Amino acid sequence: MAVDAPEKQVEIQKEALLEAARRLFSEGFDNLHCVTAVDKNDSIELVYIFYSMGSRACTILKTRLALNDLAVESLANIWRSADWLEREVYDLFGVKFLNHPNLKRILNPDDWDVHPLRKSFERPDIVKKTRY
Amino acid sequence: MEAVKENLQTEEFWVNMGPQHPSTHGVLYLEVKLSGETVVDLITHIGYLHRGMEKIAENRTYTQFIPFTDRLDYIASMGNNLGYVLAVEKLMKTEVNDRAKYIRVIIAELQRVASHLVGITTFAQDLGAFATPLFYGFREREKIVELFDEICGNRLTYNYMRIGGLQFDLPKGADEKIRAIVKYMRPKIDDLESLFSSNVIFTARTKGVGVLTKEKAINYSVTGPNLRASGVKWDLRKDEPYLCYDRFNFDIPTGANGDSWDRYKVRIEEMRQSLRIVEQAIGGLPDGDPTVKIGRIIKPEAGASYMRTEAPRGELGFYIVSDGSAYPYRMKIRSPSFSNLAVLSELSKGIKVADVVCVLGSLDIVMGDIDR
Repeated sequence: MAVDAPEKQVEIQKEALLEAARRLFSEGFDNLHCVTAVDKNDSIELVYIFYSMGSRACTILKTRLALNDLAVESLANIWRSADWLEREVYDLFGVKFLNHPNLKRILNPDDWDVHPLRKSFERPDIVKKTRY
Repeated sequence: MEAVKENLQTEEFWVNMGPQHPSTHGVLYLEVKLSGETVVDLITHIGYLHRGMEKIAENRTYTQFIPFTDRLDYIASMGNNLGYVLAVEKLMKTEVNDRAKYIRVIIAELQRVASHLVGITTFAQDLGAFATPLFYGFREREKIVELFDEICGNRLTYNYMRIGGLQFDLPKGADEKIRAIVKYMRPKIDDLESLFSSNVIFTARTKGVGVLTKEKAINYSVTGPNLRASGVKWDLRKDEPYLCYDRFNFDIPTGANGDSWDRYKVRIEEMRQSLRIVEQAIGGLPDGDPTVKIGRIIKPEAGASYMRTEAPRGELGFYIVSDGSAYPYRMKIRSPSFSNLAVLSELSKGIKVADVVCVLGSLDIVMGDIDR
């Protein structure tokens, strides 16, 4: 089992995201390791995983977006790794990142109009789950 | 003559590289803007191998998803197997016994050697060392592939790790074979190194090409050998030890300049360190039964966890959200090659177009890992 580095989870309002991110960056969280989203049906939860290479600390920022307002400030101007990771979230979930340098679909074709990792995305060829 | 020169029109132009190109290691498409032979801009297009693994995961039980992880980074399937089962085990808060841990370490490190052999030799092939080093690399790798075949019955897509253990224990006589592989591999790695390091063309093509600074590497979240080549002494096996890596002695090789040469050197040295770990692990292999004790249908408590491991190409992370059912509610695969490739555009500006191939080869990407 992993020897866990101190891991901190913080839930914030989406308006406070950029401010919180800037603070984290100044506190030494130089590695934005992962950006992802979870479809909670009534909202989309964004998850940012930060690491500090110096202190080995980990902070997970979470923020919720209402389905009628899927837009949040981009962090790509602070961490370059956010560029592609946010594009992936945009592609698969339809979350718009404001002030992103190049917000285009990354994995799926540009002319597709759905976001496949949303729970509302259904296809007849997706294997039906067996109940256990 | 002067009149001709004055009327000569030059302009920048776009060239497509891929998606069918022998040096792009799979279906990668680069749009390169050139001024003469110098790269002015480079746009990376990915997604040609996107199979929707994360969506598939939501419709498979935790155990059913293991074979899918083989198809992420197909050069190093065991590394993906391991990363995934460790992530689920962290979510379930269980731990495997010592024998399973040791066997996992042995397998993961042998996989790292096999993966780096392919990475380095295809890199040399991209630089024009046609076929010879590649065949040498594949010959050495074959020993490991054959061993894996004997252990789990597959040559490439192993499906060997299980949540809570392993599919099988090591077969009879496997420890002798592993020792023999370590003994066989050491001089072969020296051979390979002298083959490249004493090659004037290889040296000239890689030294000083595609320099990735420490700060940039961290800011782009570049991980694995590419990060270490930039001079950052960071390896999860040492810094956040999982399994039983803290019981073994090994060094973390780092580079000084962060150029393509350093990325190659770090991989060569990492293979030696991996063999050191394998030797120690096989020497201290504990008794016990490493096979699975828990059932196939697993229902972790509702919650989320993130687990990252040091796969051969960098840090492989799985963010798994469980809703208490037998199926993951959401699974994000944070693949190492994805972030490693993102830095290519930055590294390519201002270099010659032929060196783009060199930088790309030295980053050692696998498209299955990037597109998922």
